[in-house]
Amino acid sequence: MNALLLTAVFGVIMMLSSFLLTSKTAIRGLAVSGMVIVLAANVLEMMGIVFFKIDTKDMIAFDRFSLLFNSIVFISTLVYFLLSARDMEKVGINYGEYFALIFFVLCGVTLSSSFHSLLILFLGIEIISIPLYILTGSDKRNLKSNEASLKYFLLGAFSTGLMLMGIALIYGATGTFSTNGITTSPTSALVIAGMLLLMFSMAFKVSAAPFHFWTPDVYDGAPTVFTSFMATIVKVAAFIAFMRLFNDEFGSLQSRWQLLIALITAITLFIGNITAVFQQSVKRMLAYSSISQAGFMMMAIFAMNADAREGLLLYSAAYCLATIGIFAVLMKLKDYSFDGFNAFAKQQPLLAATTTIFLLSLAGIPLTAGFLSKFWMIKAVAGTGKYLWLVIFAVLMAVVSVYYYFRVIQAMYFKEGDGQTIEASLPFKWTLVLLAGIIVLLGVFPNWIIYWLYF
Amino acid sequence: MPINYYIFLSIALFVIGIVGVLTRRNAIIIFMCIELMLNAVNLMLVAFSKMHHLAKGATDATAGIDGQLFVFFIMVVAAAEVSVGLAIIVMMYRNIHSVDVNFLNRLKH
Repeated sequence: MNALLLTAVFGVIMMLSSFLLTSKTAIRGLAVSGMVIVLAANVLEMMGIVFFKIDTKDMIAFDRFSLLFNSIVFISTLVYFLLSARDMEKVGINYGEYFALIFFVLCGVTLSSSFHSLLILFLGIEIISIPLYILTGSDKRNLKSNEASLKYFLLGAFSTGLMLMGIALIYGATGTFSTNGITTSPTSALVIAGMLLLMFSMAFKVSAAPFHFWTPDVYDGAPTVFTSFMATIVKVAAFIAFMRLFNDEFGSLQSRWQLLIALITAITLFIGNITAVFQQSVKRMLAYSSISQAGFMMMAIFAMNADAREGLLLYSAAYCLATIGIFAVLMKLKDYSFDGFNAFAKQQPLLAATTTIFLLSLAGIPLTAGFLSKFWMIKAVAGTGKYLWLVIFAVLMAVVSVYYYFRVIQAMYFKEGDGQTIEASLPFKWTLVLLAGIIVLLGVFPNWIIYWLYF
Repeated sequence: MPINYYIFLSIALFVIGIVGVLTRRNAIIIFMCIELMLNAVNLMLVAFSKMHHLAKGATDATAGIDGQLFVFFIMVVAAAEVSVGLAIIVMMYRNIHSVDVNFLNRLKH
């Protein structure tokens, strides 16, 4: 509850700051300190100190899982602010408003990670989506940004319509919106239809195939600094909502949806990885990589056991931190193609080394957080004892993903080129080094996250 | 009147909305079809709300009231979505003087 109210309050404060504060440094400082306060308040709530006691009529349930996830999201956003906030100045003149919208998105993330009622799920997803439509189109003169924004908006609103129909059908069958699980037996056709509609709309929000077609275009067209936010924090938030929905509400129907989710997982892994191989632009490759990582996260939805819950949290942290790091480096470049990275290591050895660690983590090489999170996912699926082909397929696809991540490393270290001149400030470099350190440490001591889930 | 009529009507409206979204090329019309989908959901929620009230109203006077509350939330969110969506369409119109979504194919390589 702390974080939910504070993010909303800071959204309003940032909105006012845009005309009360004239200097961009002051706005940035306010946003970063706001983020630190939100994070601290959330950590305090994990320790049992709640500032605001509000009776939500059992519509919101802040349990350890959601609080821990919120902390991961807030840490990622803090890192994102430290690394990329300066790049938002290039997008447009409404500097304070961008931060305000991001805080509103975080408010939605808090709701969608802790809902205990379908009403809150709907509100959370919408509070995430509506500011994102604006952020996607924030580069107003750029046709690509306009196009991405309109496409995202139309498809997002369409999938919201599907979600609402699903909720209405489930309400018709059960007579309640709270997600206590479907208990009516035999299961009526209304429940099955509603569950399928909800599954499709959530698959759309997490960009799982075959509902992924908007992702590359939108991620490519949006200003890079906001793509970084959309591809990481928003995506894992949608996954947590997906997981909570299918754990709490449809847990008793697992035998009915498991095959469908397994198929969606396999298709997502296949399309994401195979298409990423053929991309020429690193930004677009990262968009497809986010689809393929979504495939791995779908494995948690499929398995839905204790390992899956731990794994999804670990995956959120590993994926968010690594991708934010890569995007922060990418934003410094002018040429987003693979050739843009040529001879990058000679010019910026430190940045190249940290980028390599992020890429290794995304590819799932041991000693990084990415390896352990993939391991957890595969362990969760193997633990269900069914659909062993999914495990084998996922491992094969992880091998394919190595190809396109290593292409960037190859360009950085082994290719000759003129090398672009980039300016990177010292604090930026040290933040990246710190981030790389966190990723390696999480790859050795994953219990630092998982410990919080139980104690 | 039996609940079936309401369900069939709202599903018909919903399907008209889906077909409109998938086939029309004008951004404003697509937008109206999405609104039609949301209104079909509203109608269905109100019908179900009444149904649950008739079934359980004798013991619990507030039974089924949450369905009607949900409708208000849908209206508010839809209004917020309209304000953002129309702004996006206007922004696109200013740049290309058209609201045709065939334009959206340019991002594909």
